[in-house]
Amino acid sequence: MKDGDPAKATVRQIYQEHDPGGDALLRVQGLVSAFDTERGLLKAVDGVSFSVNRGQTLGIVGESGCGKSVTAMSLISLLPRPAGKVLGGEVIFKGEDLQKVSETRLHEVRGGEIGTIFQEPMTALNPVHRIGRQVSEVFRLHKKMDKKEAWEAAIEALRMTRIPSPEVRVGDYPHQLSGGMRQRVVIAMALACQPDLLIADEPTTALDVTVQAQILDLIQGLQAEMGMAAILITHDLGVIAENCDLVVVMYAGRVVERAPVKELFANPMHAYTRGLLNSIPRLSLPPKSELNTIPGMVASLSEMASGCRFCQRLGRRSSLGDERPELREVSPGHWVEACPECCGGEARESV
Amino acid sequence: MSGVGTRGPLLSVEDVKVHFPVRSGLMLRQTGQVKAVDGVSLAIGEGETVGLVGESGCGKSTLAKAVVRLLKPNAGSVVFEGADITHLSPRALRPLRSDMQMIFQDPVESLNPRQSVRQIIEEPLIIHRQGNAATRRRRVDELLERVGLPANSGEKFSFEFSGGQRQRIGIARAIALNPKLIVCDEPVSALDVSVQSQIINLLLELQREMGISYLFIAHDLAVVQHVSDRVAVMYLGKIVELATAEAIYQRPCHAYTKALLSAIPEADPAAERERILLEGDVPSPINPPEGSAFGHRISHPRYKETVGMDLGLVEIEQGHWVARDPCCLSEEDWKKVQ
Repeated sequence: MKDGDPAKATVRQIYQEHDPGGDALLRVQGLVSAFDTERGLLKAVDGVSFSVNRGQTLGIVGESGCGKSVTAMSLISLLPRPAGKVLGGEVIFKGEDLQKVSETRLHEVRGGEIGTIFQEPMTALNPVHRIGRQVSEVFRLHKKMDKKEAWEAAIEALRMTRIPSPEVRVGDYPHQLSGGMRQRVVIAMALACQPDLLIADEPTTALDVTVQAQILDLIQGLQAEMGMAAILITHDLGVIAENCDLVVVMYAGRVVERAPVKELFANPMHAYTRGLLNSIPRLSLPPKSELNTIPGMVASLSEMASGCRFCQRLGRRSSLGDERPELREVSPGHWVEACPECCGGEARESV
Repeated sequence: MSGVGTRGPLLSVEDVKVHFPVRSGLMLRQTGQVKAVDGVSLAIGEGETVGLVGESGCGKSTLAKAVVRLLKPNAGSVVFEGADITHLSPRALRPLRSDMQMIFQDPVESLNPRQSVRQIIEEPLIIHRQGNAATRRRRVDELLERVGLPANSGEKFSFEFSGGQRQRIGIARAIALNPKLIVCDEPVSALDVSVQSQIINLLLELQREMGISYLFIAHDLAVVQHVSDRVAVMYLGKIVELATAEAIYQRPCHAYTKALLSAIPEADPAAERERILLEGDVPSPINPPEGSAFGHRISHPRYKETVGMDLGLVEIEQGHWVARDPCCLSEEDWKKVQ
């Protein structure tokens, strides 16, 4: 990207979009995150906005490399330093901009008020410590409990995630547990302090469908119990359909469509969303028939167009030229990146 | 004999068992056995795709390796094109290798990073002494084009490609020798949906053109249903249900198949359906329960009856085989198989 001050330009543009929900638990506005590389500053997240209310589940979906995980990492300032940095935008969590708070306050928020679960539970757990020690660490840090209290609390946390005989399991090392059980331990750690928001980045991708169903059911149940909001990042549209209230579809670092889940699946507006939905094999399709595909490939970050990036992938020219398509609201709560070439039918009329 | 394909079997395995020794202690004495595959019979017809589904650790990949004789089964037989290949030595197997190929889940780990794409695809041709340098060169170019890779790909290295393209390289290598059977072990699990559909389309096209048979392993049941003629459901080293793809999805009989199907998240938020949540994980194949393994997991009241019972497959309908297990069948189906 060669424009003078990329961050500012994008933020201004995104601000034109109306403020989604004033009393949201988390409101992200015009988030821009970039990595400093040999090829210059590459924006992995380019002006992303969304908001989540208490108790809601927001899904972020998109292909690998679209900036889903970088978005999640940026929210709690966990980008690898010094290469990664947030260039602009606001992350308002309970009325406080997390980009501006002190490091001490961030430590309180992470693990205390915002819990996180990452894809591979084995890398999130320390292989040389018993799981009890790892879970109780959260209580000792955030609740200032002593060793013994924290150990007891850890057993309770493990019980909450329905690990069988938690008083025995608490003394196990991570390698002694199955993938599903390890993910439960990670969930126990994430939920230990009853956070207001859970960020789950591909929490079930490495697991079997049966275990995936157990884990998602568990998260939903705990959410209902604790009134917790969640951001669920996945590439599986099935998981989105069954677990989320709101969906954000990301493509090449930008939000191309954002809508309540039923609306998105019933009226996908953007060509990319439609492409994703049509690529899934469904039981209704004739067996062995040709599946729909999305032609082309995502451009590399250093070659990203400033205009419509999906048009770039398809090798066509957007009628907006190099101008970034604005997000427009086509029906209440349903926002779409208004590139005339990418939005067919109704969207075209309302744009 | 369970469900021979309609087009005559290209490959059949009969009561195959693969057990691995468990060793422990100072002297590494054998202290137990992992019964990874415990008595499986299956046939794959010419040009047929048999899908294999089940949770991790159920023995899918071990069965796949036994089928192409990368592993020697402890018992049972593997018959390929009418010839028993169960006891062939690696050397004797070599001529057959050109007929059986494999595509792996992780295209990063299965492609040598120090070889150019051309070297990777050419290697099987060299090993099987096909053509001279010039004809091989043409063949590699042909293969690259066939799997949809740019013409200049041959001189690049595998790490310069995206996941989907790497999988195409793996496919080009697998079809280089015009095999009759390809075992696909989770070929699309690591890919994004849009790329996944491209690879599935490619595999289907190749099958139509070359009449290849596939043994297709995947944990995504929607993908398996789409590509397969028949589907085998595996649980703890055994096949518990085997039927046409349509029958498995429309009229599943085994409780485990039903649970697996209900666990697939459906990309339709308006769909209301009942989910059967399974508790716990697959039990360890080191000490499997004596009776019905699935009955044990769901603590079925009739579990005790199944200890010592023959839980083999029976044909409940034409071409639809299911384990004869009172814990896992509806009462109606149980009466049918009696």
